[in-house]
Amino acid sequence: MDLTYSPEEEDFRARLRTWLGEVLPGLPPKPAARDWPGRRAYDTAWQRMLFDAGYAGLHWPRDAGGQGATPTQHLIFLEETERAGAPYVGANFVGLLHAGPTLAAEGSPGQRARWLPPILRGDDVWCQGFSEPDAGSDLAALRTRAVRDGDSYVVSGAKIWTSHAEVADWCELLVRTDPDVPRHRGISWLAMPMDAPGVTVRPLRTLAGSTEFAEVFLDEVRIPVGNRVGAENDGWRVTMVTLSFERGTAFVGEVVACRRVLGALARAARANGRWDDDVLRRTLGRLNAEFAALWRLTQWNVSEAQHGGGVPGTGGSVFKLRYSHARQELYDAAAEVLGAGALDADHEWVADRLSSLSYTIAAGTSQIQKNIVAERVLGLPKGR
Amino acid sequence: MDFRLTEEQRALRDGTRELLAKRFGRERLRAAVDAPGLDRALWRELGGAGFFALRLPERAGGVGLGLPEAVLVLEEAGRALLPGPLVACQLLAGAVDGVAAGERIVALCEAERDPVLWEHPGDCDELILVEGGAGRGGAGPGGGSGDGPGGALRGAQGRTGGACRSAADRIARAPFTSLDPLTPLARVTDLRRTAPLALDVPRLRREAALLTAAQQLGSAVRTVEMAVGHAREREQFGVPIGTFQAIKHLCAQMLVRAEIARSAVYAAAVTERADEVTAAKLLADEAAVRNARDCLQVHGGMGFTWDVDVHLHLKRAWLRAERWGSAREAEELLADGLLA
Ligand SMILES: Cc1cc2nc3c(=O)[nH]c(=O)nc-3n(C[C@H](O)[C@H](O)[C@H](O)COP(=O)(O)OP(=O)(O)OC[C@H]3O[C@@H](n4cnc5c(N)ncnc54)[C@H](O)[C@@H]3O)c2cc1C
Repeated sequence: MDLTYSPEEEDFRARLRTWLGEVLPGLPPKPAARDWPGRRAYDTAWQRMLFDAGYAGLHWPRDAGGQGATPTQHLIFLEETERAGAPYVGANFVGLLHAGPTLAAEGSPGQRARWLPPILRGDDVWCQGFSEPDAGSDLAALRTRAVRDGDSYVVSGAKIWTSHAEVADWCELLVRTDPDVPRHRGISWLAMPMDAPGVTVRPLRTLAGSTEFAEVFLDEVRIPVGNRVGAENDGWRVTMVTLSFERGTAFVGEVVACRRVLGALARAARANGRWDDDVLRRTLGRLNAEFAALWRLTQWNVSEAQHGGGVPGTGGSVFKLRYSHARQELYDAAAEVLGAGALDADHEWVADRLSSLSYTIAAGTSQIQKNIVAERVLGLPKGR
Repeated sequence: MDFRLTEEQRALRDGTRELLAKRFGRERLRAAVDAPGLDRALWRELGGAGFFALRLPERAGGVGLGLPEAVLVLEEAGRALLPGPLVACQLLAGAVDGVAAGERIVALCEAERDPVLWEHPGDCDELILVEGGAGRGGAGPGGGSGDGPGGALRGAQGRTGGACRSAADRIARAPFTSLDPLTPLARVTDLRRTAPLALDVPRLRREAALLTAAQQLGSAVRTVEMAVGHAREREQFGVPIGTFQAIKHLCAQMLVRAEIARSAVYAAAVTERADEVTAAKLLADEAAVRNARDCLQVHGGMGFTWDVDVHLHLKRAWLRAERWGSAREAEELLADGLLA
């Protein structure tokens, strides 16, 4: 067990820190939380800066256009950017954190050359079209049909909860290519251009008031067969690769952010007198242990991944289960500190409290994660 | 950075597990419940295997390993529910003659607890009392009546804390019925100091908390296995109860608690930072206690019987949770840490 970083790793950290110190002060002000076009522009501009400085797709393989960094360097990158208050991946989340890695792992050379560089440069924003109105937790129940017609699939159906759909260029789309076989075996993974004829995006308003996700209607959308990643009807396997990336590494940087917020909460509580409340104080102390341990668990998972072929393992489900609840507790504690100020929807902590409500739902609900842990890690029998 | 166990660490863990399975298996455990005196032969055997001398330098006859290795060994002890003042003997192996080899058995007690409790009074050759140095401002919230053993010492040694040794037969004690059938306790009513013992008390407390947390971790991991094993076998409604989501989710939560505790305990063993040790103890206490409760639930009526080991894990977990920093103290310390 070694928690010290090697000289090369420390060197990498130092260079990154210097660079962040130089560029962050010159960034334009952040757009409003509800301004999605503004956020796309902001997030992709940041991605371009990362690209120009050689930090884009840091942990992607070199032949995918990445820097081939180790998971540990990626961890340092997430830690340092978050600590410095650099922009969050935001609109680039799907492209950088799971569609891209999936393409890198499963795409043909031509597909990689076509789609990966624009993700890295911040030119293309991707979204994830997995969930459907009648297929959420039970993803394999998806019904969006793709019928082969010459060199194209003709796709009809509806997707829902598609984050960033409003501003996305591409969609990682799951479709049913064979309705007559057991359901997991008739699914394919397609890359769909969001401007294709027949695609309609209807933004949905979240409880936080923003239009962070949308419904996507697909009416005889023609998608070239060459846009299929993996074999026809082998999409479920590809999907599992995508989901392991989504659950495995996507939340890592946020733990650092939560630790920062926790410190700020304590100082705010001392300033306004709420620190004298034993229950609140002990809750904050407990959360201190919680986020410290979540960070160590992250290092544990990264160490395992570094030696296990790069695809994150089930440790991601363990992490996600605990983290999603801890994050909600953190912002509930923030509300305690704020008192009536917790009713101010414009307060950053209040906005984050609202968005934290999605953490036990998105990317697989807590109930589904528990099923995964029980069945795949602990080996309990499958059931309902 | 590579947080995984090294080859040697894995071998140490596996070797310890094997040794304990051979020398302190289920039958021996249940025999100890009926007759809770410590097995001196086993103690010497553990001493011979380097269990206590693990961290002593090789030139002092030790194994020359570090805190992470001690944590792995105590995790195994916690898993096996091995009774005895293991933490005390591990920490005092270099300070009190005969302890490293398993020839003498010593216990530690904390002066500021109320009551001041002594583990395995019938089996110890000596008792080491530590006082001061705990909690937020050095000395803890008092040793009870004020004229107890803690009170007298606190005046003399102040906030930094100190330790003194006492021969077992010179300690006045009152009977105390221990909740944990494997850990007899006595209440110390008066402790005459035989000699001061030069120890780095803050460090001792830190390490005692960490090694106690390691045992809690082992117990938490074990109760997950017990729950999962039972859930696979026991049938109701014509299927194994592990098929039911209500049971699955209990088991999944248990695993998550154990893994969170593991991350915290192992990291604290590596960094030796006081705040990390405090967090590790807090999370490991929680994992051990709550996992034992959930394990009991998964076992149904059987879990409520004396014959199934679940209650032994729960009672020991409660006992350890009271030692070397309770949840309340840990949370307060960690809250203070946020302002630092
Ligand atoms: C903010 C946000 C962003 C999202 N972004 C995207 C995106 O970009 N792309 C995308 O494809 N999807 C996205 N999702 C969808 C997300 O993956 C689903 O919401 C999630 O998988 C749950 O599906 P559902 O909403 O249909 O709920 P349901 O599956 O209907 O679940 C409702 C309740 O039933 C429980 N439940 C369901 N099945 C079981 C079971 N077997 N055992 C126990 N309990 C069960 C669930 O835990 C939940 O509590 C997003 C969701 C949110 C909230």
